[in-house]
Amino acid sequence: MSSSAHHIEIDDSLAGKILANCGISVERCYQCGKCSAGCPLAETEMDFPPSVVLRMLQTRIPQMDDKILRSKSIWICLTCEMCIARCPMEVDIPVIMDFLRQESFQNEKTNPEMKNVIAFHKSFLEIVKSTGRLHEVGLIKNYKLKTFNLLQDVMLAPKMFSKGKLHLLPEKIKDLSVLQRIFKKTLDKK
Amino acid sequence: MKLGIYPGCSLTGSAREYFESVEALAKFFGIELQQISDWNCCGATAAHNLNKKLSLALPARILAAAERDNLHELVVPCAACYSRLSVTQHELRHNISLRNEIQEIIEAKYNASGTILNVIQMINLYFLENLEKKIVKPLKNKVACYYGCLLVRPEKVLHFDRVENPQSMEKILTLLGATPINWAMKTECCGAGLSVSKTDVVAKLSAKILEDAVSRGAEAIIVACPMCHANLDMRRPEIEKAMGKSCKIPVLYLTQAIGLAVGIDEKTLGLHRHFIPVDLPKN
Ligand code: SF4
Ligand code: SF4
Repeated sequence: MSSSAHHIEIDDSLAGKILANCGISVERCYQCGKCSAGCPLAETEMDFPPSVVLRMLQTRIPQMDDKILRSKSIWICLTCEMCIARCPMEVDIPVIMDFLRQESFQNEKTNPEMKNVIAFHKSFLEIVKSTGRLHEVGLIKNYKLKTFNLLQDVMLAPKMFSKGKLHLLPEKIKDLSVLQRIFKKTLDKK
Repeated sequence: MKLGIYPGCSLTGSAREYFESVEALAKFFGIELQQISDWNCCGATAAHNLNKKLSLALPARILAAAERDNLHELVVPCAACYSRLSVTQHELRHNISLRNEIQEIIEAKYNASGTILNVIQMINLYFLENLEKKIVKPLKNKVACYYGCLLVRPEKVLHFDRVENPQSMEKILTLLGATPINWAMKTECCGAGLSVSKTDVVAKLSAKILEDAVSRGAEAIIVACPMCHANLDMRRPEIEKAMGKSCKIPVLYLTQAIGLAVGIDEKTLGLHRHFIPVDLPKN
């Protein structure tokens, strides 16, 4: 009994933090690989397929944890939820991925190749913070400034506009102050 | 009969025609839709990728406003918003201490009460009874009903349809006179929120979906998600490049397909806003 007991402890490892924060025990994973088989990105875009991320978490080795937080996999993951739908042990990988992204982001370990994905998320939330709603023109402008992808999507915009799919001006919500306090108490909390 | 509605940001912008067709159908079937007062963005993929509490607080502010407005039944046509709102309600219903914390963050009371409906559930509950007798132009086409991820997963939160082989859209399309095909990609992901930051990934994933639908004889794809529609319709040039051939299959919202069958005109349904023209073969 004692030999395996240490595996389900809440400790400083990512596995321990996942247990403490998400209530998920990574030890439940028995490496069947169904998650990776169904994951639309495991084969082509990920450096570590989801089942491998799970195995790395199980080791509780600091170097492994560091590799996970610096991986592409956690940021390319689409939260499509296919893995949990098929996992025989109901290991909630999408929830684990959310947690790993936040750890990676807060500890400034984000993978440099994923900088556009992260820039997009940040641009999105900045627009929401300033107006309460998403404004697509503002989002693209903001994203371009962050990534210097100045030409990307210029071809899409005029057509979207002519189809009535773009607002030039943002729609602001009335109670913007409470929204900004929500951001202060969450994302912008130091 | 009155229902609450959360349009969400895309339905006021890039997916305007989805909102137009939802409103047209509601009017046609005598349902009043009332928007939640002063609604905000649900935070979408960005919020849950970067900050869990923000990803709960943004939907919770919306749901709290719906409770204040006495909108106990809430329609959320955007599958992505539907997912975020449902996950938030589920989590805050079961975790009281977290709910208290989120109430403090949003500075409002939130009871996690009420029912959240996706567009298919709204149709089944409020339109289906009268649908068959109102059909004037049966849709005589082979169609691929495409659910994507967020309408059926995660199953333990949504309890909506079969997770691997859902059938609810097929039932509706059959009623409309169409022939739904059996295909392999109906719950695969189109690339969703990576549309701008990783367009190549979206093109690859969406290409597989269109490829399978077309090879099995589909003449249209039917969707109920603005992200799926945006990727499959507006990203078509990139998808065609990934496929290495031209592909002109139109992508319709479920509500547009129903609207056509009951005789609502194309303009009211917003068909002119699609990038790929909706020319259904006359069979
Ligand atoms: S499907 Fe579940 S049990 Fe199988 S490898 Fe993936 S996480 Fe582990
Ligand atoms: S949620 Fe992420 S890890 Fe799971 S199958 Fe989808 S992309 Fe892969």
